[in-house]
Amino acid sequence: MAEIENNDVLFVIGSNTKENHPIIAQRMIKAVRRGATLIIADPRRVPLVRHAGIWMQHRPGTDVALLNGMMHVILAEGLTDRAFIDERTEGFDEAFRKTVEEYTPEAASKITGVPKEKIIAAARAYGKGKRAGIYYTMGITQHSHGTDNVYAIANLALMTGNLGKESAGVNPLRGQNNVQGSSDMGCAPNVYPGYQRVTVPMVKERFEELWGVKLADRDGLMANEMLDGALAGKVKALYIMGENPVLSDPDTGHTTKALKALDFLIVQDIFLTETAELAHVVLPGTSFAEKVGTFTNTERRVQRVRRVVDAPGQARKDSLIIMEISLRLGYEMHYHHTEEIFHEIGRAWPAMAGMSYSRIDEEGGLQWPCPTPDHPGTQFLFKGGFPRGKARFTNVKYRPPVEVPDEEYPFVLTTGRLLFQYHTGGMTRREKAIEAVAGRPYVEINRQDAKALGVASGDKVKVTSRRGSITIPVHASLRPDRGVVFIPFHYREAAANVLTSSTAVDPICKIPELKVATVRVEKS
Amino acid sequence: MANDSIEIKVCLGTSGSAAGGEEVLRLFKHHVQEQGVEARVGRRCSPSKVGCRGFCSKDVLVDVILDGSKTTYQLVTPNMVERIVLEHVIDGKPIAEWTVKEEYASFHAKQHKIVLGPCGEIDPESIDDYIAMRGYRAARKAITQMKPEEVIGQVITSGLRGRGGSGFGTGEKWRVCRGAPGDVKYAVCNIGEVNRPLAEGNPHAIIEGLLVGGYAIGAAKGFLYIRERYHRSVERLSIALEQARERGFVGRNIFGTGFDFEMEFSFGTEAFICGEETALMESIEGKRAMPRVRPPFPAYAGLWGRPTVINNAETFSNIPLIIGMGGEWFSKIGTATSKGTKVFTLSGKVRNNGLVEIPMGMPFREIVYGIGGGIEGDKTLKGIQVGGPSGGIIPTSMLDMGLDYEHLARVGSIVGSGGMVVFDEDDCIVNVAKFYLEFLQRESCGKCVPCRIGTKRMSELLTKITEGKGEENDLRTMERLAGVMATTSLCGLGRTAPNPFLTSFNHFRDEYLAHIREKKCPAGVCTALITFSVLAEKCKACGLCKRACPAGAITGAPKQPHVIDPEKCVKCGACYRACKFKAIKKA
Amino acid sequence: MKHDMVTITIDGRKTSVPVGTTILAAAQQMGIHIPVLCHHPKLTVTGACRVCIVEIGGQPVTSCTAVAEEGMEVTTASPYIEGLRRDIVDLILSDHPYDCMVCERAGDCELQELAYKYSIRQPVFQGERRIYTKRDGNPFIERDMEKCILCGRCVKVCDEVQGVGAIDYAYKGFETKICPPFERDLDCEFCGQCIAVCPTGALVSKPSLGKGRKRNVNTVETVCPYCGCGCNITYDVVKNEVIRARSRQDTINEGWLCVKGKFGFSFINSPDRLTTPLIRKDGKLVPAGWDEALDLIGERLRKIRAADGPDAIAGLSSARCTNEENYLFQKLMRAGVGTNNVDHCARY
Ligand SMILES: Cc1cc2nc3c(=O)[nH]c(=O)nc-3n(C[C@H](O)[C@H](O)[C@H](O)COP(=O)(O)O)c2cc1C
Ligand code: SF4
Ligand code: SF4
Ligand code: SF4
Repeated sequence: MAEIENNDVLFVIGSNTKENHPIIAQRMIKAVRRGATLIIADPRRVPLVRHAGIWMQHRPGTDVALLNGMMHVILAEGLTDRAFIDERTEGFDEAFRKTVEEYTPEAASKITGVPKEKIIAAARAYGKGKRAGIYYTMGITQHSHGTDNVYAIANLALMTGNLGKESAGVNPLRGQNNVQGSSDMGCAPNVYPGYQRVTVPMVKERFEELWGVKLADRDGLMANEMLDGALAGKVKALYIMGENPVLSDPDTGHTTKALKALDFLIVQDIFLTETAELAHVVLPGTSFAEKVGTFTNTERRVQRVRRVVDAPGQARKDSLIIMEISLRLGYEMHYHHTEEIFHEIGRAWPAMAGMSYSRIDEEGGLQWPCPTPDHPGTQFLFKGGFPRGKARFTNVKYRPPVEVPDEEYPFVLTTGRLLFQYHTGGMTRREKAIEAVAGRPYVEINRQDAKALGVASGDKVKVTSRRGSITIPVHASLRPDRGVVFIPFHYREAAANVLTSSTAVDPICKIPELKVATVRVEKS
Repeated sequence: MANDSIEIKVCLGTSGSAAGGEEVLRLFKHHVQEQGVEARVGRRCSPSKVGCRGFCSKDVLVDVILDGSKTTYQLVTPNMVERIVLEHVIDGKPIAEWTVKEEYASFHAKQHKIVLGPCGEIDPESIDDYIAMRGYRAARKAITQMKPEEVIGQVITSGLRGRGGSGFGTGEKWRVCRGAPGDVKYAVCNIGEVNRPLAEGNPHAIIEGLLVGGYAIGAAKGFLYIRERYHRSVERLSIALEQARERGFVGRNIFGTGFDFEMEFSFGTEAFICGEETALMESIEGKRAMPRVRPPFPAYAGLWGRPTVINNAETFSNIPLIIGMGGEWFSKIGTATSKGTKVFTLSGKVRNNGLVEIPMGMPFREIVYGIGGGIEGDKTLKGIQVGGPSGGIIPTSMLDMGLDYEHLARVGSIVGSGGMVVFDEDDCIVNVAKFYLEFLQRESCGKCVPCRIGTKRMSELLTKITEGKGEENDLRTMERLAGVMATTSLCGLGRTAPNPFLTSFNHFRDEYLAHIREKKCPAGVCTALITFSVLAEKCKACGLCKRACPAGAITGAPKQPHVIDPEKCVKCGACYRACKFKAIKKA
Repeated sequence: MKHDMVTITIDGRKTSVPVGTTILAAAQQMGIHIPVLCHHPKLTVTGACRVCIVEIGGQPVTSCTAVAEEGMEVTTASPYIEGLRRDIVDLILSDHPYDCMVCERAGDCELQELAYKYSIRQPVFQGERRIYTKRDGNPFIERDMEKCILCGRCVKVCDEVQGVGAIDYAYKGFETKICPPFERDLDCEFCGQCIAVCPTGALVSKPSLGKGRKRNVNTVETVCPYCGCGCNITYDVVKNEVIRARSRQDTINEGWLCVKGKFGFSFINSPDRLTTPLIRKDGKLVPAGWDEALDLIGERLRKIRAADGPDAIAGLSSARCTNEENYLFQKLMRAGVGTNNVDHCARY
């Protein structure tokens, strides 16, 4: 994180960093104060724009066009890092180059709505940076073409040689505190801990040996497929630990229907969430403050979680609950204390083998890979080279979002988080002071659009998509461009995800298009 | 100007304007036109405005120059204009009873006007007037014929020291800044309250000085920093800057040498601290005017962290003279270590109030009694406050001391930016110190503890003494506090803030003690310490005092001496002033 | 000696420091304590409080601003310097409410420490102190400007670190005050950075008022439960209740938090927390014992697995649980249930 300060160019795309990663935003501001150039691409005037040198207000879902446009300029003006391209990448002079050549600033400007001068300025600034870092979050991934977006970002970094060195690179910022950790730990249908593929026999055998049991050899279902499976009658039981998909998943109607179709739903949580209300069994788990363990932050730093207070009532540690259930399924897991589990993780995944609680304590966290007890941890990935040898340019073209505005649904809806609230609100909405300043849902709409609709801030409107509608007060502002509306998704009383689509998903990683849906806004 | 034309010069400095100078000038133009003066006398006649010539207590001043002889009228009001035009301009008979008296001559005789010289002589809104008196020749010489180092050399030779307060060697400051690493440098002209007459009377000299300064240190940009409220100064300077730009003295490729120098205004608020150089830089950068820590000094890291030279407007006004006449010439004026002249606003109890320029080293006696014409009403001089609010008070016993940097420093005062206030026997020294401390307290920027709270505590203690509640211990507390403030405050304001107390206490200890021990105010100023009573033997029972008293404290039957009830008396002094027989005693 | 180092003597001890090092920093490196009130290691120098003065060549100089020069001789605590320091603290106290008995920061206040050090029971310099009646109505931060010593740290942190600039100096002289524009109620990001740097009780957390002071709290270091920044957080705990969140300066987040980390912890002790397992009976969720709930789960899952195979069971884990729990969860699904149907919500 400290290296952010040493960037000379920061390109933030699809990330409301100031509100969602406030501490990372601080480092960015510090870099700006030291003379770095901050480039922001965002459909809304997010708070960090105040510190930005260049702000490109592109239409939601047009990231690829924007990025390709920038790459066009970099290519045309010879700002590429040829040595890096030759030594460490492949595929540059192929289809990729051809595609990029098509995206003149004029063409990109037409698609994105960003003046071409800005695209050129941003490309030059980024292209000339010596230590240029790119930062993105959900604004990039939550699209039907999220993977394309990520590829395009990687292309940009590769062609300018901004990868695998200090204070540069491509940095996805993780939304929830341990997203990194749950991915690392193999909570994904295709990989074991440490991103080891379940379909590779050798890997499977190693885990069978470690766990002393035969394992399945096919990829499992992804979250959205689980819900579809429930509706199709293939998935009968679902065990949800610490999540609230009713509010956080797209298309609330669809989610609820799927959960209701299950024969058996177990929800383990600290509050009776909207999801728990649908369960057959609800188990009281413990919050992070009542247990020990580790979290892994967005820069792969494994840090200690410590017990602060006792759990309320009969609430139990989640690990104990899991062990109890496992026992009842005929598979005994037994650990004397939490660090035993941690040690086993090290055996399952060499990248964490060198860590121990005491080392983490002493060294203030450790960044994986850290394979041996004397390894200092790794600050930058891909320093010497990429895991697959040479990095490949991927040819990506702009594809419009699944839903485009039409007469019936003329507005583009994008959803997101607020500084003051978190996720589905289970934690933050219980703080009175937070509720006092940010306790009400709203739809943010451009002032002129509001005027055209005959509504003012505070008036209620009905927002309708192809999936449903909610009634919600208006906040007229200059943040979104005309034709774009924004709704934070924290609020159950006006849940934004009633409107979003669960079928428009990215073909590769199945991330739903939460950032673009089309809606109609009416006075109510 | 052709020798045979008739000139009418109306003083339009701030004071002249306030006295109605604009109207006077308008009427002169009107009458000259209406009477057809030019036709009647066969000569050109153009009434014009000039800047302040310093003798502000007699404004509006008007010069009529006819056949090479100058007559100056004082206290001119609009209804006098017509007669001057008719009798003097047309008939050639000056109106003796309206002309200035001999004090006008003595006021000017002892002065040495090099900086103020053109003020009151030339039209400040005319660049041609300025050029006609060798204006911009120094800049041309410096930029086209001299290397920056040579310019700095001349300024060092001249011995010029800053006129804004600290008295730092100007050439030395430039040399350091020129040598400081960095491509981008700035020159800033600090135009304060006392500089207003300069800005109004001869704005081009400031611009020329800043231009030469910018050239010498290697800056491409200069700022004229001035309080927004000084409308007239801003207006004259803007006109001057515009003219200079038109003539190519400011802008790109000056004198065809390739030297570029831009100049712009930066406006400050009324706050006194805006004049402090580091606070001034904060202000130019758009922040609240609060002093920065030093080091780094501005010459190394000033505006936006770049090497910056900041000089007072008077300092810059000296530059064209030094370059034009040579550093040697300049160094012959003044004393061994304090060269040149210094402009002061002389005010207080002297007869001749106004703006004066004296050679460094002139004894105070000469300033007060020569230029100032002595004390009003022939009262006794008590002391002279030099150097603005945080200067020190010079007692009568030091009247023969020369005014220069060293002497003033020795007695705990400063040359400052040029304030000089004369006090007489009717002024209470404790009250004077309190007045200054209260001013400084209000004007402290509030940043550092010793100044923010120290000035408050000190003015509270002084108030306590003037209210008759002082104890001797308070004096020791104040001395201790003064030590803390002077040694630990961040900027000059706080460091010099104890001066009014320290110097007055040093020289007028008895007066302080009288307040504390005897609960008396010898000057009869501190109301809590004085009583009014009727001297029965002098009272004529006229009843004037009774009518004047706002508190109904005076009783008295006709033909009976009146009596003041001390319980009811609010000590406003109305009776004292009202009585025609000096029958009211103040003690 | 390398030319980018300078050697100076502090209190009779020689030390070499890199060019540009301040006397304060050099002294700190040597373990010599110099008191400060406005200086903060994470902020640019201010030079406002003046208590860090030291003696160089007989002159008092603020050590936070003075840069070491070759051969400098520095005395940090001569009687002369200590006397001046004492008087500066005295001046501050003369304009400070004598409120320590009820102040949130008692025992954790930098001014109180200095008052103690110099044993100032009653200031020598006495007089009026600032009285402000208006209280700031924002829900997060109690701003008691009578206790403000105008060190400027809050102004700097808000601008330099947080990039917000919600507060600044207003007025002049003794009336100088830190406040939001036009003295409106504070309306900002409520990151609480200003609370973290305030040396006195002028800025404290409103929700924590009256819940416990430094000496009666236990502290625990952990990691913030919100976003992926992974900020280190220190909780103050009184009787099993989290009452305050802070952060240490020597962590990856340098002591800074955001509104969620700083103020969003009351969910931990919320009365809404689930305290017993619930089982759906006749369409309603009713409390149940652990054994009953777990047995029911075991039975139902075994049945489903027997009838429809392990792939009829799926699990969703949480990005808010620990690594250890996530590891166990997928192990349960894979080894216990026998399916790879396990995912988490990272995508959302
Ligand atoms: C409280 C305070 C007020 C000041 N006000 C002025 C001012 O009004 N004009 C000015 O030229 N210098 C003023 N100074 C002095 C400046 O800080 C600075 O020394 C000066 O402008 C440098 O110019 P010089 O070298 O030409 O004197 C002030 C200093 C202090 C401490
Ligand atoms: S000495 Fe006074 S004016 Fe100067 S910085 Fe300190 S408080 Fe401000
Ligand atoms: S809470 Fe944060 S944003 Fe608000 S005033 Fe304090 S530092 Fe500034
Ligand atoms: S509120 Fe606290 S941090 Fe801010 S200036 Fe006052 S004492 Fe310093």
